[in-house]
Amino acid sequence: MVLLAVLAAIVGPSLAPFDPAAQQLALRLDGPSPMHWFGLDELGRDIFARVLAGARISLMVGLVVVSISSTVGTLLGSIAGYFGGRIDEAISRVIDILLAFPGLLLAIALVAVLGPGLTNVVLALSLIGWVGYARLVRGQVLRAREFEFVQAARALGATTPRILARHIMPTALPAVTVQATLGMGGAILAEAALSFLGLGVQPPTPSWGTMLNGGRTHLLDAPHLTIFPGLAIAALVLGFNFLGDGLRDALDPVTRQAKRT
Amino acid sequence: MLRFLARRLALTIPVLLGVATLVFSLIHLIPGDPAQAMLGESASPQDVAELRSRLGLDRPLLEQYGRFLRGAVHGDLGQSLRTSQPVAAAILERMPATIELAAAAMLIAVGFAIPLGIIAAVWRGTAIDYAATTLSLLGVSIPNFWLGPLLAIVFSIELGWLPVSGRGTWANLVLPAVSLGAALAAILARMTRATLLEELREQYVTAARARGASRVRAVLRHAFRNSLIPVITLIGLQFGAVLTGAVITETIFAWPGIGRLLIQSIGFRDYPIVQGCILLIAVTYVGMNLVTDLLYGLVDPRIRYE
Repeated sequence: MVLLAVLAAIVGPSLAPFDPAAQQLALRLDGPSPMHWFGLDELGRDIFARVLAGARISLMVGLVVVSISSTVGTLLGSIAGYFGGRIDEAISRVIDILLAFPGLLLAIALVAVLGPGLTNVVLALSLIGWVGYARLVRGQVLRAREFEFVQAARALGATTPRILARHIMPTALPAVTVQATLGMGGAILAEAALSFLGLGVQPPTPSWGTMLNGGRTHLLDAPHLTIFPGLAIAALVLGFNFLGDGLRDALDPVTRQAKRT
Repeated sequence: MLRFLARRLALTIPVLLGVATLVFSLIHLIPGDPAQAMLGESASPQDVAELRSRLGLDRPLLEQYGRFLRGAVHGDLGQSLRTSQPVAAAILERMPATIELAAAAMLIAVGFAIPLGIIAAVWRGTAIDYAATTLSLLGVSIPNFWLGPLLAIVFSIELGWLPVSGRGTWANLVLPAVSLGAALAAILARMTRATLLEELREQYVTAARARGASRVRAVLRHAFRNSLIPVITLIGLQFGAVLTGAVITETIFAWPGIGRLLIQSIGFRDYPIVQGCILLIAVTYVGMNLVTDLLYGLVDPRIRYE
């Protein structure tokens, strides 16, 4: 599913039989047909072409948000965990405050004041996204810094950046990889939710959430406006969740052993 | 227990202060002049100046912050720019609807997820387990802003069984509550399955069976009771997801709660209401986490002494 979405995002728009922005007003709200597989929307645009174009937006948002969040989170989490003391206190308090806002609420608040749009959505989701990585990496580093091989490296005079990069980070990387995979699904869902609420990607840009929002007023006469973009979101998020679960099972020795027994 | 309570309360105060600070600073994150942004580009300079003074935006930042904190403590969050109604009154008016929806969603989620998790754990590795696991993974992946309209298409438009929007009767509550509770149910079912599987591997379960306890009794009276602790914690922690989900669900089903008020106020650039809603939801979430922690400490004495 993830591979399919990546393919759709890369080559989909050039393979799509119609331009996602081209309007055929005479055929507006027409249901699925051999010519238009997913039907047409309220402005007579081909929904299949728009779903393919939407894949690009969703994956791009997911990738950028996860890249920023994981980099910032890993950096701050490892600093907090390794140095401890006041630095750890300060970073941990910021994490506590940001975690006091449930899920998407802070992103909604930030986009509400910064204004709707793709850039602000990425900014808002990255601002809240790094916290999860920081907390995870902090815990991993706190554990790893007591390992004998880390203490040996310190005794041999290795510098702090070298200890962090060469000895500690590799122990945290599997967990960060799993979190990033699941985070892709989360970021895609969050972007779609914000766009659905009218706070994310703005029309006429084809985003799955914006398409679902447009379909709300046509639930009675054209349910296909709602069904196909939603199916695309659910399939892609399900794909990332499966991938994340699989990676966790493969990378976590405890789960791996439990499965063998 | 009292020391644990005092320590946990003391840890909550700086978090609440941080939350209030962040909510206060929201208005100052608005690009340009916040008063101009609220009234729109066409507003006259006099109107903008008047609003600036009414909101206290012409005062020094520290003074504004002090006034905001004092107001928040006393429940005075200012007035709506659109209706001039006090923010606290507007929120209190909508609160029962959100509580009703959130409670119904959590009830549905718990009622569905726990039996599903138990069944999946007891029949681990069978077709029932795979079906339950797939169902819960689907529940996590299907967004409520899609599930809601789908439920409306099937149960309101096609079958005509339930109303598509509004509030008043239990029939109005079914679709929003199911759409809001589905994701929570999926997460809870996964958690129940995982923790129960762990408990079932413990020796005390084998000992109970050896003493002659039936399989049902060994699972429900022994293993399940112990597996409940993390599940209860998760229910508390997921309350925040329910509150955020309510923002979307209320918008879909025109449910007159705080979430819908928040989204409508964003549209009207009624920032005092936006700040009030965000503050209330965040504080409720912090409060819920505190209660969960305290309950956890009550149930498991080891937590208190850590």
